[in-house]
Amino acid sequence: MKSLKLIVAFTLLFLLTGCEENEENTITHGSLTINFSHYWDAEKITSADFNATTYTNESNNILTISQLRYLISNITLHKPDGSSIELLDHYLVNLEGLSSNTSITISGTAIDTYSSLSFTFGFNETDNVENYIDLNSASWNWPEMLGGGYHFMQFEGKYGATGTENPFAYHMGTARVSTGVFESNHFDVSLEGFSTNENTTIEIKMNLEQWFENPNTWDLNTYNTNLMSDYNAQKMMQQNGASVFSLGEIN
Amino acid sequence: MKNLINLICLALLFSSCNESEIETYTQHVPTPLALEIPPLFADNILPPVIPINNPQTVEGVALGRKLFFDTILSGDNTQSCASCHSPETAFSDSNQFSTGIDGSLGGRNSMPIFNLAWNYDENFFWDGRTFSLESQALQPVINPIEMHNTWVLAVADLQNDTQYPNLFFEAFGTTTIDSVLVAKAIAQFERTLISANSRFDKHLLGEITLTTSELNGFNIFMDESKGDCFHCHGNANNPLWTDNKFHNNGLDAIFTDYGLGYITGDPADNGKFRSPSLRNLQFTAPYMHDGRFNTLEEVINHYSEGLVNSPTIDPLMKNVDDGGVQLSNSEKIDLKAFLLSLSDEEFTTNPNFQAP
Ligand code: HEC
Ligand code: HEC
Repeated sequence: MKSLKLIVAFTLLFLLTGCEENEENTITHGSLTINFSHYWDAEKITSADFNATTYTNESNNILTISQLRYLISNITLHKPDGSSIELLDHYLVNLEGLSSNTSITISGTAIDTYSSLSFTFGFNETDNVENYIDLNSASWNWPEMLGGGYHFMQFEGKYGATGTENPFAYHMGTARVSTGVFESNHFDVSLEGFSTNENTTIEIKMNLEQWFENPNTWDLNTYNTNLMSDYNAQKMMQQNGASVFSLGEIN
Repeated sequence: MKNLINLICLALLFSSCNESEIETYTQHVPTPLALEIPPLFADNILPPVIPINNPQTVEGVALGRKLFFDTILSGDNTQSCASCHSPETAFSDSNQFSTGIDGSLGGRNSMPIFNLAWNYDENFFWDGRTFSLESQALQPVINPIEMHNTWVLAVADLQNDTQYPNLFFEAFGTTTIDSVLVAKAIAQFERTLISANSRFDKHLLGEITLTTSELNGFNIFMDESKGDCFHCHGNANNPLWTDNKFHNNGLDAIFTDYGLGYITGDPADNGKFRSPSLRNLQFTAPYMHDGRFNTLEEVINHYSEGLVNSPTIDPLMKNVDDGGVQLSNSEKIDLKAFLLSLSDEEFTTNPNFQAP
């Protein structure tokens, strides 16, 4: 009996000393919070704007937004010496009110000056064939007949005059060239660098207006639904995507 | 770290068990019971939600099962949970609206109960008004149009019963019954109600081959320009066959039931209901939140040419002006064959799920 109590005492002691040891280190790592924020040009968009605020794109389509989810992967910090640190394998941003996902904190990030931050919009070919249980649970899969893997984005809403709106479902993923022939459709984003401290917060901004312009002027009357299997639409999304992201505030 | 804490707890447990002065205090430790997670679930989706303060145990599940089938919980001892959630209909019932003990009709179709531990957002009911299975289980007993009882009376009946105090002791280490423990036991039983053995599951596991019609139907389900059902109702990698999210699937131009809108108070949510799982449709007719469709043909016709526009209709409902995506007759037959391949006969006859 006594010996058991001794074991307990020892384990407790062990526990306490174990905790103390950590504190001897000097602080070299901090937490990095990435906030994903969304804009129509300079106007901030939150889920409170869903189904309510109207926006006008370059084709003069008047639209409202009802859902925005997108996948980014291989989120990586680069150092001036060419080395890099992968922060996250992938992250599904979701602007929806009930289960929104627009901020992530990564602890244990080396405090340093970084030359750039990069990520892939969607998955590249190798990552897109893996099985991700978190994404399956979000029903984020892209149909096999269109090349399989996962959606890169679901951007949905309605356009047209009140009372006679029509839906749009700007869904992006692997592009189908023809039956059984597919083309990867992700793109890489590189944003400028910054310095981190113990508690750094950065903002990654998406300008939704850019999905409808530059280089391709997007007319929702032509491209609205059934875009997943539409090769031209998929390629236009990929091209327009190149200018949607920028680095916002750093704190 | 966790291991250390476990070790300490274990050590403490041993030490207290051996102390003679507390031998009079017989603490009952129920037997842990791991959920049997089907391989397709384990391989493809996140683990089930099991609250830390209500772990699954052999005794808890057995008690929950007894309570689920016992009319003792209702005001006049005529109705149990199973009256509206019976195993042969995949824990739903076959009425459009269920009748409570006073004969009052509710305004919603009874929901089936299976795979609910995988409802990650934990929003239950058609309109998502309740968070967690435990708090859901508290409601039917006191709902005036269902079991129309009070918890004071229900708990008193259980407390005066010859068996229940002992069963609660075995499950929770106390003979003092309260509503929270009743709900915990029922929730434990409900979490064991797992359905994963349909023809389509067996096809995914390589055990059987589906018919051409079923496979065609699956393609229609997955084709954005045909059924486009997968955005809301799962896919081969999501064995739940629902996204558990709220949508307006174009049933009405004017809403008599606001669904999610009642809960959020946001008019943009009016007419939205939680997507039901498409598993076990063979047993769960009638369909939709108000049980308006008696057959799967009617459901498919709805999506094909019966859609009705309204301000909150989901953008995935296409060609609303023409009533929908206009499936051909053979496409409809195939889609129905696929939908039925998601039904799991074994689930409805599983001996562990019948009245004890
Ligand atoms: C009189 C019929 C009736 C009785 C009795 C009844 N229910 Fe229900 N149940 C319903 C109806 C109808 C709904 C859907 C109600 C709604 O969404 O507003 C429902 C919904 C549920 C749900 C939600 C499922 C989901 O996926 O969100 C659960 C769980 C449930 N009931 C469990 C129980 C339990 C446990 C009992 C006994 C304590 C019980 N029910 C008694 C009719 C009944
Ligand atoms: C936008 C999301 C969405 C899409 C796309 C969708 N559904 Fe649904 N489905 C729902 C919702 C939400 C309900 C419940 C609606 C209600 O009761 O008010 C539902 C109900 C059903 C039901 C009734 C199930 C039950 O237990 O009552 C069936 C069957 C069904 N859908 C099949 C399909 C099929 C087949 C397709 C494709 C042709 C499809 N759905 C497309 C959201 C969707």
